[in-house]
Amino acid sequence: MESSKVIHALYNDDEILLDAVKAVKAEHHHIEEVFCPFPVHGLDKAMGLAPTRLAITAFMYGITGLAIAIWMTNYMMIEDWPQDIGGKPSFSWFENMPAFVPIMFELTVFFAAHLMVITFYMRSRIWPFKKAENPDPRTTDDHFLMEIPVGDNVEELTTLLTKTGAVEINVVDKH
Amino acid sequence: MSHYEAPIREPLVLGDKSYHDITEDIARPIEGKANKNWYMAFYISLAAMLWGFGCIFYTVGTGIGVWGLSKNIGWAWDITNFVWWVGIGHAGTLISAVLLLFRQKWRMAINRSAEAMTIFAVFQAGLFPIIHMGRPWNGYWVLPIPNQFGSLWVNFNSPLLWDVFAISTYLSVSLVFWWTGLLPDFAMIRDRAVKPFQKKIYALLSFGWSGRAKDWQRFEEVSLVLAGLATPLVLSVHTIVSFDFATSINPGWHSTIFPPYFVAGAIFSGFAMVQTLLGIMRKVTNMEEYITRLHVEYMNIVIILTGGIVAVAYATEFFIAWYTGSPYENYTYLSVGAATGPYAWAFYSLLFFNILTPQLLWIKKIRRSFIWSFIISIFINIGMWFERFDIIAIVLSKGHLPSTWWRFEPTFVDVGIFIGTIGFFFVLFLLYARTFPVIAQAEVKTILKSSGEFYKKRREQGIPTKPAIVLADNKITEEDSSDNKNKK
Repeated sequence: MESSKVIHALYNDDEILLDAVKAVKAEHHHIEEVFCPFPVHGLDKAMGLAPTRLAITAFMYGITGLAIAIWMTNYMMIEDWPQDIGGKPSFSWFENMPAFVPIMFELTVFFAAHLMVITFYMRSRIWPFKKAENPDPRTTDDHFLMEIPVGDNVEELTTLLTKTGAVEINVVDKH
Repeated sequence: MSHYEAPIREPLVLGDKSYHDITEDIARPIEGKANKNWYMAFYISLAAMLWGFGCIFYTVGTGIGVWGLSKNIGWAWDITNFVWWVGIGHAGTLISAVLLLFRQKWRMAINRSAEAMTIFAVFQAGLFPIIHMGRPWNGYWVLPIPNQFGSLWVNFNSPLLWDVFAISTYLSVSLVFWWTGLLPDFAMIRDRAVKPFQKKIYALLSFGWSGRAKDWQRFEEVSLVLAGLATPLVLSVHTIVSFDFATSINPGWHSTIFPPYFVAGAIFSGFAMVQTLLGIMRKVTNMEEYITRLHVEYMNIVIILTGGIVAVAYATEFFIAWYTGSPYENYTYLSVGAATGPYAWAFYSLLFFNILTPQLLWIKKIRRSFIWSFIISIFINIGMWFERFDIIAIVLSKGHLPSTWWRFEPTFVDVGIFIGTIGFFFVLFLLYARTFPVIAQAEVKTILKSSGEFYKKRREQGIPTKPAIVLADNKITEEDSSDNKNKK
């Protein structure tokens, strides 16, 4: 595999990092990735990341859960084995619906929450036995790492990053 | 930029702290050794747990007859304990979900432990209905799965089945919410672990969390949506638990104010339990600078509010019982009959522990005192147990037919299982306090600049929170990415 070079610029403050990201973006450099120990507000916008659509998936999963609850209560209580409970026969789903509201609500939440989280884990590629990919262990403590792919502009980028307050700059061969 | 916070607000993180200090403080209890007190508490809890397990085996092996139940009082201690534990389990998700939606930053110091408490409490709650089945190995019959009995399905009209869905949804969603929040904190411990075994374990627990900007963006969105889903879920769970009683036709149970009143009571008891646990934990794990007087006061304010709702509900129940003029209503748990009957001691305990004691919290000195909050929280825990006991045992002890009147007396097995669940709960919580990051450190770091004492003072002096840029040596180090992994 061909190896490509990247610059790893480390910062030790979120506000300095945010300004640095804006400065690097202003110079039209591509920022491959930023690793942070905690969420930095406005970082996704500064980096130009598209908004996440996970909330929309949660809505669709919720609708799915609701549909399954309706189908399940209808099939089990009305179609497959109708009963006369306390003089209230179950021959019509709609008329028995009030008793099914708790089930419909719980299954909506169950599906929306779990499937959204699973989608999040899959999209962000996190699951048990997955190896961590942050290049420096300090990025889960108090350092922020900006990864920029470089060609022959190492000098120029280094000067820029130093000016923005990077505390450490490494050029790394990424395999 | 962190959000603006009025200087008049008290700081949420005390002391002169940097991001790295927070890491050190949260990792210390995990990386250090447990002291004598921890071992003592652990062994006592373990003994209680084993005793409880013994009583459970005895119950399952011999039959439910070893409990103090009868034909009229078909459930008493078990359902009391079930509702008590579920109620305690309400504070965790309330703190992390509802307070997140209300943008209450103080939740960040306590949400992790409160959620742990929630999950462990719901475990205990779940034990009781399963044991009460008598044949717990048939417990899966409550699930709507195709079975060998022809097309015999579960009854979706039954509040007990609603409970199955509500509690299992609540437990699993709370667990996922908790674990997702834990990922960055496990990653923090993984990346600083020196022992290879510890590193392996935390690498596994952290699911390989790397903290990319996109991950954090998704993380925040998922947290927000989960909070939005968990908020009605929290309210629904105790509502449905109250349906177990409210949909029956017993006087004293057949009450339309049960759902809101149960939910308020659950939050009341949940916060009391958080107060009890954190009162001990902040000392044991040296988290005094994160769980401050201000946190204690805020929790006490929630306790006053929910305790007030509960008090109004009691008064309503008592008034309505008298106002109906119905003789049956005179034997409900809040009535003249209860106040003068054989369970008067339970009636007055309820009023004393649940209504009178929390009123002390109106006094600011008491509300901000660690020791008073701790004592009052234990009183509320006892009071809320009595509430459920009164609702169940007093109401059932006097049925419509006086010849069936009967008094419930717990046997040693009833008491043993209850003590066992308390032991089990503390075993889980003590293990958690030694191995999990007890404070959501990634979240606390986000409010350090806006709500930390150090930064608040600096801002008052007009010093910006952003540090001055120190230019690094313009030296480029060339290295291989594989070397970089071992650095630090």
